[in-house]
Amino acid sequence: MQAFKKLTSTAVPLPIEDIDTDQIIPARFLKATTRDGFGDNLFRDWRYDKLEHPRPDFVLNNPTYSGEILVAGSNFGCGSSREHAAWALADYGFRVVVSSYFADIFRGNALNNGLLPLIVTPQVLDETFRTIEANPAARFTVDLEAQTFKNEETGTVTGFEIDEYKKTCLINGYDDIDFLLSQREKIESYEANRVDFSL
Amino acid sequence: MLTRPTDNRPTALKHAGSNRNSALFRTAIFSGPVPVLIIFADPMQGTLVFVPGDSLASAVINRESSSSMSTLFDKVWDAHVVTEVPGGNQVLYIDKHLIHEVTSPQAFNGLRDRGIPILRTDRIVATADHNVPTKDQDKPIAEPLSRKQVNMLTSNCEEFGVELYGLGHPYQGIVHVIGPELGITRPGITMVCGDSHTSTHGAFGAIAFGIGTSQVEQVMATQCVLMSKPKSMRITIDGDLQPGVTAKDLILYIISQLGTGGGTGHFVEYAGSAIRSLSMEGRMTICNMSIEMGARGGLIAPDETTFEYIMGREFAPTGTEWEEAVSYWRTLPSDADATFDTEYTFRGEDIPPMITYGTNPGMGMGITESIPTKSDIHGDATLKKAMEYMGLELGNQMEGMPIDYVFIGSCTNSRVEDLRLAAGLVKGKQIHENITGIVVPGSQQVAKQAIAEGLDRVFTDAGFEFRGAGCSACLGMNEDKIPAGRYCVSTSNRNFEGRQGPGARTILASPLTAAAAAVAGKLVDVRKLI
Ligand code: SF4
Repeated sequence: MQAFKKLTSTAVPLPIEDIDTDQIIPARFLKATTRDGFGDNLFRDWRYDKLEHPRPDFVLNNPTYSGEILVAGSNFGCGSSREHAAWALADYGFRVVVSSYFADIFRGNALNNGLLPLIVTPQVLDETFRTIEANPAARFTVDLEAQTFKNEETGTVTGFEIDEYKKTCLINGYDDIDFLLSQREKIESYEANRVDFSL
Repeated sequence: MLTRPTDNRPTALKHAGSNRNSALFRTAIFSGPVPVLIIFADPMQGTLVFVPGDSLASAVINRESSSSMSTLFDKVWDAHVVTEVPGGNQVLYIDKHLIHEVTSPQAFNGLRDRGIPILRTDRIVATADHNVPTKDQDKPIAEPLSRKQVNMLTSNCEEFGVELYGLGHPYQGIVHVIGPELGITRPGITMVCGDSHTSTHGAFGAIAFGIGTSQVEQVMATQCVLMSKPKSMRITIDGDLQPGVTAKDLILYIISQLGTGGGTGHFVEYAGSAIRSLSMEGRMTICNMSIEMGARGGLIAPDETTFEYIMGREFAPTGTEWEEAVSYWRTLPSDADATFDTEYTFRGEDIPPMITYGTNPGMGMGITESIPTKSDIHGDATLKKAMEYMGLELGNQMEGMPIDYVFIGSCTNSRVEDLRLAAGLVKGKQIHENITGIVVPGSQQVAKQAIAEGLDRVFTDAGFEFRGAGCSACLGMNEDKIPAGRYCVSTSNRNFEGRQGPGARTILASPLTAAAAAVAGKLVDVRKLI
């Protein structure tokens, strides 16, 4: 997994709530059998019309906005568990998604792919949207080590929560699977000592 | 009636979460009113060093065990914790892992790259459902990418020794339909699948939830996932449902009240007399859609209805093992005085037949109501965008609105009981000339049963197509798609933009409402027909 420590970037605003993973990556693009190349189809049906022409009104097609931070409305990533949504965002070049809350499965998937789901209060989210609206070149700094999100335009710094274990994994680029594999003995002893009506 | 959420944690603990970063308390995990408190004296002065191969979990010092007053969720969860990890995560043992062709290839690749096997092949079962055609299932899949993905599942299962109920197998079907009908899904177990509707299996009193592909790989390799214990919610629905109102209406009603994020971070237990009187099929419909309000999963306490459903199924325990299992399962329901982080109560009588008007399952209303012009849950811009996509106007009614397609299927409503309900309504009638109607049974076994009961004839005589098993137009990964701009009344679970095909406009409803719409060619209040 790609490590994440600190980033300063402009941001792309998407002020819509409940953006589901079917929008992030539509089902017809889930037929690939590797993890690569999903970025081309990120927000496919919002980005392109029926004739495959870019829709000029969609933010990713607007050259005014760019950056490695996506700022989105609440409940980002709801719906399907498809990890392809996190792969598509990361493959497109996003390293951070800022929202007031994320759907649980998406949040886990993002963290497993070096994509930081950064939770801010609804007020900070609104303020972030306003800053970008006023100045699309506004920059933001995400410091994972310090757990801070700084609006470089206004100078406002806010803290964010992330669990210690996941933070350590992200900073170092560790995958959960390495940790779980290291627990083999405990898993076997659990299996040997339990009541089991599942088989 | 909607009651406000309550925080039932003892006052002293309501603030404990804010201690998260203090040097003394790394985290506190709540388990009912008696907290399971993990006290982690920080040995590294705030720096947590992760060394693969080294056991972080050994740093956990103290755990007061929770006594009585546990919820169903606590009992099942706590029985599956292998070890605890500082930072609020736990290593949770997974009893059963279901896989399908779409979210597994990258996980198999991961195992191959690492050169590791599947740890417990007796705990994993595969089927092909998302991509499979529902016509000509005996022929090779025509669409090359779908064929490749389904074939890859077959070769991966062969290579790694996984039991596969692939296309053509009598047990093939939607992963959430086959688990229960084969007796794989049972009370008290933990179950995962790379699919969000894994919540379906919670209807049996199991902890069942969807995971991403990285976690699919983790479970293959270690039979465990790493996660923090979700919060608990109880939704109680007492009273009787009106005639014509089904489990689907009940869950669409709840989601319309709580919104698509209302359950985020929670596992939901559904309780109350309206739930108790539901069949297992109805309970599965309820738990299936828990994810649509953002909950990790849903659960319903196992009871006689549950045991009766499981008994005698293909892989269900038998003899003394059955007796022992049932006595264990009887201990699982939440203790009478157990408390939950959040509680809601609704009355069964208040629930009308439901439809959705927008582009997420939270945008639902009673069939006779008008589309709200303002909402506490959905922002103005989101509502406006939804109306544009759906070709509808805020404030308008939808009863009587002409529709084009009817889809009866998906892991929400494709079991034989659903087909019986719909068939009962269309029997002896013809579907409207403007309607294309398809019925897609959830599994080969459901199809077989439906045919044995003559339901397939009821549907085809009425003008529906009766197809082979699969996910079909629920997500339109195969050729079963709704054309752009067309309205489809669908018994599935998601009305997201493009879900049933680019530009398709989905109206979620129960099998009864869908069948009635097919006959009438428009949205009707099924209460007026029965
Ligand atoms: S029927 Fe639909 S919701 Fe259910 S598993 Fe298949 S695609 Fe997912």
